[in-house]
Amino acid sequence: MMRQTNRWSLGLVLVTLAIVSVVLAAGVNAADPVKIALVAALSGQSAKSGEGITRGLTVAIDEINARGGVLGGRKIELIRRDDEANPAKGQIAAREVIAQEKVAAIVTGIETPVALAILPITTKEKVPLIGVWAAGTAITRGANQPYSFRVSAVDELVDKALVKYAMKTFGAKSLGLMRINNPWGESNEKGLGAATGEYRIKMAGVEKFEQTDVDMVPQLSRLKSAGADTIVIIGSAAPGAQVVKALDRMGWDVPIISHWGISGGRFAELAGPSARKVHFIQTYSFFGKQNEVGAKVLAALKAKYSDIKGPGDAIPPVGIANAYDAMTMLAMAIEKGGGTDADKIKQGFYAIGDYHGLIKNYLKPFTPQNHDALNEDDYIMVRYEGEQIVPVK
Amino acid sequence: MYGLLALGFYVTYAVSSTVNFSQGSSMMLGAVLCYTFAVTLGWPGPAAIVAALVLSGLWGALVERFAVRPFVRGGSNAWLMSTVAIGIVLENAVLFTYGKEPRNLPSPLVRGTINVGGLGVYPLQLVIPAAALLIALGLHLVSRHTRYGKALLAVVQNSDAARLVGVNVSGAITWSFVLSTVFAAAAGILIAPLFNVAAEMGTLFGIKAFAVAILGGITSAGGVVVAGFVYGLVEALVTALLGSAYNQIVTFALVIVALVVLPNGLFGRGAVKKV
Repeated sequence: MMRQTNRWSLGLVLVTLAIVSVVLAAGVNAADPVKIALVAALSGQSAKSGEGITRGLTVAIDEINARGGVLGGRKIELIRRDDEANPAKGQIAAREVIAQEKVAAIVTGIETPVALAILPITTKEKVPLIGVWAAGTAITRGANQPYSFRVSAVDELVDKALVKYAMKTFGAKSLGLMRINNPWGESNEKGLGAATGEYRIKMAGVEKFEQTDVDMVPQLSRLKSAGADTIVIIGSAAPGAQVVKALDRMGWDVPIISHWGISGGRFAELAGPSARKVHFIQTYSFFGKQNEVGAKVLAALKAKYSDIKGPGDAIPPVGIANAYDAMTMLAMAIEKGGGTDADKIKQGFYAIGDYHGLIKNYLKPFTPQNHDALNEDDYIMVRYEGEQIVPVK
Repeated sequence: MYGLLALGFYVTYAVSSTVNFSQGSSMMLGAVLCYTFAVTLGWPGPAAIVAALVLSGLWGALVERFAVRPFVRGGSNAWLMSTVAIGIVLENAVLFTYGKEPRNLPSPLVRGTINVGGLGVYPLQLVIPAAALLIALGLHLVSRHTRYGKALLAVVQNSDAARLVGVNVSGAITWSFVLSTVFAAAAGILIAPLFNVAAEMGTLFGIKAFAVAILGGITSAGGVVVAGFVYGLVEALVTALLGSAYNQIVTFALVIVALVVLPNGLFGRGAVKKV
């Protein structure tokens, strides 16, 4: 009898505990913030890119939280990890934020190799990967990427746009490619090869450089003797600046166009006065007449960051603009999908109808066939004027 | 440039049979200090350079006092590791204080180019080898013709005998470390306008310079400088012919081959072990 009572009371205690913990868990859940991770280069040569993305995300998150958050009052919380532009460090950071911080989504930075390294982890762990800068075609357009979405340029479209621009603006007939020796460089070599084939102009040569190279004269000399009439740079700020300096030293005054990697660091400072010769691609400029969202975001940036006094200080503009639109749409997707698990967010993205964003008015930006919200009609060409990035007239 | 940094290895090795493996970081320190004085604080160029060199020399003395002397006294080889460690500590301290972003050190010597054989070169690119040669020559003259230099040489030959005739041996060793970091800092300041100034700029340089020092025969000052030129030349050739991706592979492989063929380096003398 005694034994029987004990068993009963034990059972009662267990059931009570279970109920209490469920209630407690539910209670915590309602107030729990929805955590979003940013895994990007916050230090090193591309530190500016990470800073820009952080600012874009922060302005969007402030707006969302001021409206009362998502899913009935849950605030969005940003968690940042530095990948130091290193794929291995990006993977470690991604695993950590998924396992420890239980983030609802991971936003990635400027480096295509890092995003490609993180992708298998987010796919396996079922966490959406939101690309806001890295343009590597394979990030959203490879096989088996159910949970990667992007609000940024796509290399193969950028490459087409660059070739078209070179032909129209400079009458280019023979391109000389200077590219970084990594997967992002490769992705663009392929894209530019296809684009030059499509538009029937020549590729005079393809030369590679390393991130830390300081003398580009040998490569450029080969391109010159191969008859290149326009130089295309695919690389980040520091080596990109060395290309410009080497052209100066050679006394070769040739049109230069570039992908946007150079705008992720202190390109204008490193390249000197000739930085202004380089025409490069962006998705957004805070110069000129802004739409309603643009005016609002610029005002918010000025209020929050003392070093932003005008449109020229909102750098790098693509980082800020892509991140702002991506974060706003991610919140919409969480709301529309009704939860923070990957499949709900995915359905939520598909359910977004139209969104009057910073970069443009998006109309059904994501479908099961297309995970890229931006396309070649959304690119603009810009150049440096001093430290500021201004549209090319 | 490698020659100048490698000369720093030579100086301490000759005087004390120890090597300061934080040479790469000392070079970075010179460049970062110069940047801080000249750009951040806006000092005039020469003042910034002198201040950077003096502070770097002081750093060299600290390295000797705290990372080398305690171990040498105890007869241990742990200074090998401790100088590597102190270099890493310095590098990371700079990461925190100076930041991780590479910056540009402006210099009047890279503003315009001079035409040499159809190719524009910055005046600085001509100044660098000249400066390396001048410093090597200066070191030679000082060591042969001044009291301090002779005292250093005496320590090189036989430190016990030098001590007996009243030479301050530990002082001489400290000075050799000061000299070696000043060389490294000078190298850093010279190349900063060509490269970018960043906390990691010295790491690979330090290793390459040690390879150069070994290649030249670490006991021969002239040999070290010549080896520096040879190394730089090979590197430039490899970049021009194969591309910079092959640089490290080819040059370091060549160093190994050279050492197999000439175990004492290009100009070194074999150490005679007395039994």
